[in-house]
Amino acid sequence: MKVFKLAASAAILAWASAAQAQTPLTMWYHGAGNEVESKIITQIITDFNASQSDWKVELQSFPQAAYNDSVVAGALAGNLPDILDVDGPNMPNWAWAGYLQPLQIDDSRIATFLPGTKGMWNGQLYSIGLWDAAVALVTRQSTLDELGLRAPTLDQPWTGDEFMAALDAAKAAGKWDYPLDLGMAWTGEWYPYAFSPFLQSFGGDIIDRSTYQTAEGALNGDAALAFGDWWQGLFQNGYAQATQDPADRDGGFAAGKYAFSWNGNWAALGALSAFDDTVFLPAPDFGTGAKIGAASWQFGVSASSKHPEGAAAFIEFALQDKYLADFSNGIGLIPASPTAAEMVDTYKAGGPLSVFVAYSASQGLVRPVTPGYVVQAKVFEKALADIANGADVAATLDAAVDEINADIGKNNGYGH
Amino acid sequence: MASKFTQSNRTGWLMAGPAILLIAGFVILPFFLAIGLSFTNQRLVSPNPTEFIGLSNYRQLLDVATLTLEPVRDAAGELVLKDGAPDYPSIRSLTRNNPDRPDLAGMREWFSFSTGGAARTVVLARDVVFMTAIVNTFVFVLVVAPVQAGLALGLALLINQRLRGINIFRALYFMPVVVSIVVVSLLWRLIYDGQSGLLNNLLGTLSFGTLPAVDWLGNPSTALGAIIAMSIWQAVGFHMVIWLAGLQTISPTLYEAAAIEGASKWQVFRYITWPGLRNTAILILIVITMQAFGLFAQIDVMTNGGPLDSTQTIVFQAIERGYGKQDISGGSAISVILFVIVLTISLIQRWLTRERS
Repeated sequence: MKVFKLAASAAILAWASAAQAQTPLTMWYHGAGNEVESKIITQIITDFNASQSDWKVELQSFPQAAYNDSVVAGALAGNLPDILDVDGPNMPNWAWAGYLQPLQIDDSRIATFLPGTKGMWNGQLYSIGLWDAAVALVTRQSTLDELGLRAPTLDQPWTGDEFMAALDAAKAAGKWDYPLDLGMAWTGEWYPYAFSPFLQSFGGDIIDRSTYQTAEGALNGDAALAFGDWWQGLFQNGYAQATQDPADRDGGFAAGKYAFSWNGNWAALGALSAFDDTVFLPAPDFGTGAKIGAASWQFGVSASSKHPEGAAAFIEFALQDKYLADFSNGIGLIPASPTAAEMVDTYKAGGPLSVFVAYSASQGLVRPVTPGYVVQAKVFEKALADIANGADVAATLDAAVDEINADIGKNNGYGH
Repeated sequence: MASKFTQSNRTGWLMAGPAILLIAGFVILPFFLAIGLSFTNQRLVSPNPTEFIGLSNYRQLLDVATLTLEPVRDAAGELVLKDGAPDYPSIRSLTRNNPDRPDLAGMREWFSFSTGGAARTVVLARDVVFMTAIVNTFVFVLVVAPVQAGLALGLALLINQRLRGINIFRALYFMPVVVSIVVVSLLWRLIYDGQSGLLNNLLGTLSFGTLPAVDWLGNPSTALGAIIAMSIWQAVGFHMVIWLAGLQTISPTLYEAAAIEGASKWQVFRYITWPGLRNTAILILIVITMQAFGLFAQIDVMTNGGPLDSTQTIVFQAIERGYGKQDISGGSAISVILFVIVLTISLIQRWLTRERS
């Protein structure tokens, strides 16, 4: 009996010292509550910890809604983990605030990655994504045939006029509650992510990207005013609803309430299972090229990490094609590399979602790369909601410009 | 020197200690911090050093100006009519890049009125959203305070009877108070839903389908009213209990005496119940006023201040700016303004309800 106890404690000691040889690295992730996502990330960590003897990654997951607040609170308390994930457009804010440090990984590892997955700020790579996301105009081939519409392609997307003619045809057919589902129920980051590309296609922008010091002219110039009038017209002329029931956003297209739905690749599998003939059309071109938002969640290393080389080693490990493919298979995201895309049935060449890879690569435009984006996104969201509800277009956009410029001033130009 | 107060109250201090520490840490300290920060450019997230900027935050929030708009006239001095009404130059052309009035840069039309004649007077504000928030908050307080207090008193009178099963009614009326305001707001969002909400279905059925469905929270003219109604319903039970406590302090001998004297029900209420509730009434009025000024959770869950700013409130703006837009100093300035407003109103209420000797 005694011998057994001794042997057991010796075994525990041996195991404990083996574990201690690995330096612990803490990691925060935004995917708490999503079982599939948690399983994949845990698998990567287990594989990494077993693959080498220097580092041991310990994961702490947060619900997405509370994640950004937790990071800000953690940073204010001087308590950030070694590895954290960050939503693409927020990255410059955290890099500027000193939460993140440049990511030391080999450039050749990410040479073929989609452009939206690389988080660049001040000429340096701060974060890298295992996936990207893209938005498309979801409809059915039967709808296009019924309304007699040309199927747009990546090379020849619909022009603004063709797009409006399509909505007119759908409205006249009277088969749907509304011709277009924009996802107005998804307040928050969806607005700048999904709708600012329309503004950019008109020729405007949230901010003047040549200096990042003013929104004057970009958000209230002629192109922006044209965008604003068009946007307001969508709601005033009954093409779309300004306030939407969240349930309609999730199930309205499948229930046949909308002819077209402006939605992301993460909802694509659901749309495919609703209708066999679902097609994902490229964004329309309103004058200066068709645009969609790029950049999703990415991994970075906190500035306070004592072991950035270990953190970078983990991130490099996670960039393997098989993990990119796992995330894509599990939760429908676009794999960051073409080789990984070939490993995923839905995204490989000829797969039903492969168009998203092409859209992401050729239409994707990152949101303004500036620490002030977090504020500009909120201002833009409110302006779009107000215009949709009937506010004066020019006055609303002017007010948004003033607020953005005042914020830039208060922050001494955000370090550009 | 150990006074009686500190010595023989040791147990008292010990018991109050935890609460005092918590209040000091989470109420008193932030209060003074907010006052201090409102004079700086403190950000939530920023590598820049904090600088003292004086009253700039307050000026940004409270600045107003007036502008007289003359209608557009042609060369002969005749009014240029547009759709049958005089045409005015756009405010935009006067406030943006206008070398004559650089002070108007960044201001927006808040409201306008006409004092007879063709000219219109336009009131401009630097922060129209905040001005709207102040007006909305006052509307909310002015409606909620009397209506909620009155309803609560009515309910308290109803359940202050010896009836079989009266506790069931007490529990029913009190139930919304116990449920988290966030949960209540989520439920009412479903009730108010513009397409298939409970309220629309109910009204539709009662009116045999003649009443059209209303998007209660999506329509600028109904959103604030909808939130007022829901807020009154939610907290009325709490004040009912306070009224009830007040009612039960009134000596039954007074009622017996009134019965012997043959007083009518109204006379009993007017000359016995109401005077006996005086202090309760003051308490309830002050509590409701303060709670109503703090309106936040309903807005955050149900409307986010929209549509068209019709449900912006002062506290929602303070949090939206301080946390959402990372502008701690701006949010602090709003908190200080709210503090001054509530303090002023409380002092006025104290003065109006003072004991007159």
